[in-house]
Order: sequence, then C-alpha cells, then structure tokens
Amino acid sequence: MAEPMRIRATMAGDVADVKVLMNHPMETGLRKDAKTGQLIPAHYITDVTATVNGTKVLDAGLSGGISKNPYLGFRVKGPKKGDKVVVNWADNKGDKNSAEAIIG
Amino acid sequence: MNALRRNVLKGAAGAGTVAVAVAAGLLKPTQALAGVPRSAFEAKNVGDALKNMGANAPADSKDISIKAPDIAENGAVVPVEVTSGIAGTTAIAILAEKNATPLVADFSLSGGAEGYVSTRIKMGQTSLVRAVVTAGGKSYTAAKEVKVTIGGCGG
Repeated sequence: MAEPMRIRATMAGDVADVKVLMNHPMETGLRKDAKTGQLIPAHYITDVTATVNGTKVLDAGLSGGISKNPYLGFRVKGPKKGDKVVVNWADNKGDKNSAEAIIG
Repeated sequence: MNALRRNVLKGAAGAGTVAVAVAAGLLKPTQALAGVPRSAFEAKNVGDALKNMGANAPADSKDISIKAPDIAENGAVVPVEVTSGIAGTTAIAILAEKNATPLVADFSLSGGAEGYVSTRIKMGQTSLVRAVVTAGGKSYTAAKEVKVTIGGCGG
C-alpha cells in the first residue's frame, strides 16, 4: 500500500491555493545501487489528477525528473470555503493513491 | 468432427483478436490521461521532447515567469515555480534542458485553474530550466539558468 498523501487547500481572495505532498521514491531507473552496482528499476508517478467539487482542474504527466516525495502547488479560481479537493496519482508500476481535503 | 475442430479454431482465433484489441484499447487511456504523449517524456533532447509534445518552435514570451534558485546546491531538489500571465493558459510544461530526459512534467489546467504551478525537480547538471506554456492552441516559452553544484540524477 502506498503511503498517505497530504493536501492543504486555503482560500486567498477568490483563488484557492492547493499544495499537495505525495510520498513516493521517484526512481528514474538511471540510478545505480551503491552497494551492488545494479541499476535501481524505475519507479515514479506518471499521472496526477486533481478535481475541485468534481470538476477537473489539473491533469499532470510526471517523469522521474520530479524530486522524491513530489510537491505540487496549483491555484484554482472560483471555489468557496468548504469545497472538496480530490487528488489522485498513479505510478509506472500500477500503484495508485487518492486523497481529499476541504478548502479552508 | 472436422466441423467442430474448425469451430474451435475459429473461436480461438476470434478470442485472440479480441485480446489484441483490448490490449490496444488499454494503451489508449493512459496516453489520453495527460495532455502530452508518454513518448515526449522519453525524448533524450529538448528538440525531440518539444516535437513529441506537439509544441514546435514555441515563441519566446515575457509573460511567463520562472521562479527557481540561481544556484541549486542540491540538484536532487530544485524548487521551480512557473507563472503564466498569458490569458487562456491551458498547459504548462517544465523541462530541464540537460537532463537525460529533459521533459520533467506537463500540467494540463482546466476548470478555473490559474496559470501557475509549483513543484520540485531533479537536475543532473547546470542547465536552463524551460517552461512551455500552451494558450489558445499556441506555444510560448521562457527559460532560466540554474547552476547545480551537486547533480541529482547520478548514483
């Protein structure tokens, strides 16, 4: 099972500021294990989607070039306090995770 | 006997065709999920990455601002923030030009999302960090150099 993901969403004027922190090793597949000299297999998040009250606001494609435990920040105009943000990700090994937060 | 054998063979061939079709069909949703085909992420240089993204010769724009450190001590974690002042921004892509695979991430924005993304990327060495913004079907770009003292892509 994947580790939990943290979302913080706050209103600043009429814009919701959403910050997402995902737990993931984000292995590029190009790195070698220091002890064995073997390549560490690629393992990274490939897709992240976000919705606010069911409306898709973000559809991101990622690569192994994103840092370990990816951080993602985006802004959405229009929502109100109490609206629900849902973030989903999927990685190249078929692992998935989803989390939601209420805009405060 | 013979007729039955034929039917079985036919059935097997039919099932095989369906399986192939399903496999082909299964590939499509993953590609359609993000705005950019996965092949763009596998491109080994900036030109190919842009071509696979469908962003040929993007125009330089002063309305895109990239916030990133001038010098990144640790290439494994380089904070990058891209703000697009171009009206109708629908996508922002981030490329680290000298990485083994330059395209780092692509963000498709919709439903009121503003032209802004913030993330942390890995950089193998000092290079330009390029943002490619899609607005109204056109591509715009801006770049900022980030000096890396310790690379984040090696072992």
